[in-house]
Amino acid sequence: MILQMKGIQKSFDGLEVLKDISLHVDKGEVVSIIGPSGSGKSTLLRCATFLEKIDAGSIDYMGQDAVTTNEHGVAQYVPHQELNRIKRYFGLVFQNFNLFPHYSVLKNIMDAPVTVQKRPKEEVYEEAMRLLKKMNLENRADAYPCQLSGGQQQRVAIARALALNPEILFFDEPTSALDPELTGEVLKVIRQLADEKMTMVIVTHEMPFARAVSSRVVFMDKGVIVEEGHPEAVFGDPTQERTKQFLRNYQQ
Amino acid sequence: MSLSTMLAAMGEGMLRTCLIFFLTLLFSLPLGMVVMFLRRSRFRIVQSITKIYIAIMRGTPLMLQLLMWYFGPYYLFGMSIRGYRFAAIIIGFSVNYSAYFAEIYRGGIEAIPKGQYEAAEILGYSKAQTFFKIILPQVVKMILPSVTNEVITLVKDTSLAFTLAYNEMFSLAKQIAASQTSFVPFVIAGVFYFIANYAVAYAMERIEKALDYYN
Ligand SMILES: Nc1ncnc2c1ncn2[C@@H]1O[C@H](COP(=O)(O)OP(=O)(O)OP(=O)(O)O)[C@@H](O)[C@H]1O
Ligand SMILES: [Mg+2]
Repeated sequence: MILQMKGIQKSFDGLEVLKDISLHVDKGEVVSIIGPSGSGKSTLLRCATFLEKIDAGSIDYMGQDAVTTNEHGVAQYVPHQELNRIKRYFGLVFQNFNLFPHYSVLKNIMDAPVTVQKRPKEEVYEEAMRLLKKMNLENRADAYPCQLSGGQQQRVAIARALALNPEILFFDEPTSALDPELTGEVLKVIRQLADEKMTMVIVTHEMPFARAVSSRVVFMDKGVIVEEGHPEAVFGDPTQERTKQFLRNYQQ
Repeated sequence: MSLSTMLAAMGEGMLRTCLIFFLTLLFSLPLGMVVMFLRRSRFRIVQSITKIYIAIMRGTPLMLQLLMWYFGPYYLFGMSIRGYRFAAIIIGFSVNYSAYFAEIYRGGIEAIPKGQYEAAEILGYSKAQTFFKIILPQVVKMILPSVTNEVITLVKDTSLAFTLAYNEMFSLAKQIAASQTSFVPFVIAGVFYFIANYAVAYAMERIEKALDYYN
């Protein structure tokens, strides 16, 4: 198991956003998270990637505890150094890319492996070029993010995340900041990663994509997981009324 | 007195003016960074004290501050330090300008989107790496126009050193104008400040251009 989250609770000044959520992800799985706006999908990803601190529950990656909850029900994170080591297991692709505007495409991809992981430059360069090729961007290595379309920027962001060789990659609505005609090129590379058995958790509003690419779909509403299962089951024959309602609204 | 003798007499003043200018920048630019960090401190008390400090620096005349720095040690502690005049000027200018720079830096830093910090954190950059590699270069580009304004103001403000009877260029111009009953020294002074500012604007424009490779 790559990721295991148990009993996650998270509130923002009194507002309960995640209510006792448990989620596990096995190696090679592609888990899509769907649900209405405000249901807590982003918050769940942000908790999984330690951008937000959980109030209670536990998170472990590769069997190593990152957060546990003590007998008083208070979440306790492992010491800083250990947490940093665990952080290497995952990557995150943001809705609005968050590329570094002052770095070229190549430097955006190479900088973290070189300065953070201290890997040799030549090796990282080879890898970066290989990733760019995979993203269909091999001729834009020297461009700056502002010179790229949104779809291209998002593919650079994916390459940047992959360059650190994460065990699992999270996506938070990777195509919702893009013009409709650009979503296809990003979904295509994610699909390609799925074919290569990259472990991924994808928050998305692209229902046909989620249905086609996922090994499991999670439907969230109001801070709880309402329904979870094989995409054909969740999309084709949902058991919960809330799921049916949500999917019905989506088709209109 | 011919024009060339006037120029020669004022030459040393010009040098002193340049010295005040460069030393003030040398100290106030980094000091502003420190003040900015204190202003953004997690500790409320540090924040408040820094806020008051900035308010005083920006809310009182620089001329008055220079007098305080120069005469303060004497009136407060009965100290009279030989050769302190020049130091008082540099301290007064640097401390004052650091407050302005601190606020400019702060504006720049707070304008950097949160996503830049989050991306850096996910990629494993340390706090220091994030600041120096990711945030600061973007801040520098963003605040350059405001810094240029401040630097141009500094060129003109150097004339305030006359308050402490320091013979920078403006003081000399006044003296020569009085003794020669001539208006020419003021014209020379005006031309000097104008050229100096032109040079500053030109240099800053070059830097801005150099950073123009991204938006
Ligand atoms: N930093 C925060 N401070 C306060 N409230 C927050 C914060 N982040 C999220 N929330 C609240 O938590 C709830 C869940 O937000 P979240 O962004 O996780 O929803 P989402 O499912 O990702 O929605 P969307 O589909 O619109 O992205 C919302 O009510 C939101 O207002
Ligand atoms: Mg969201």
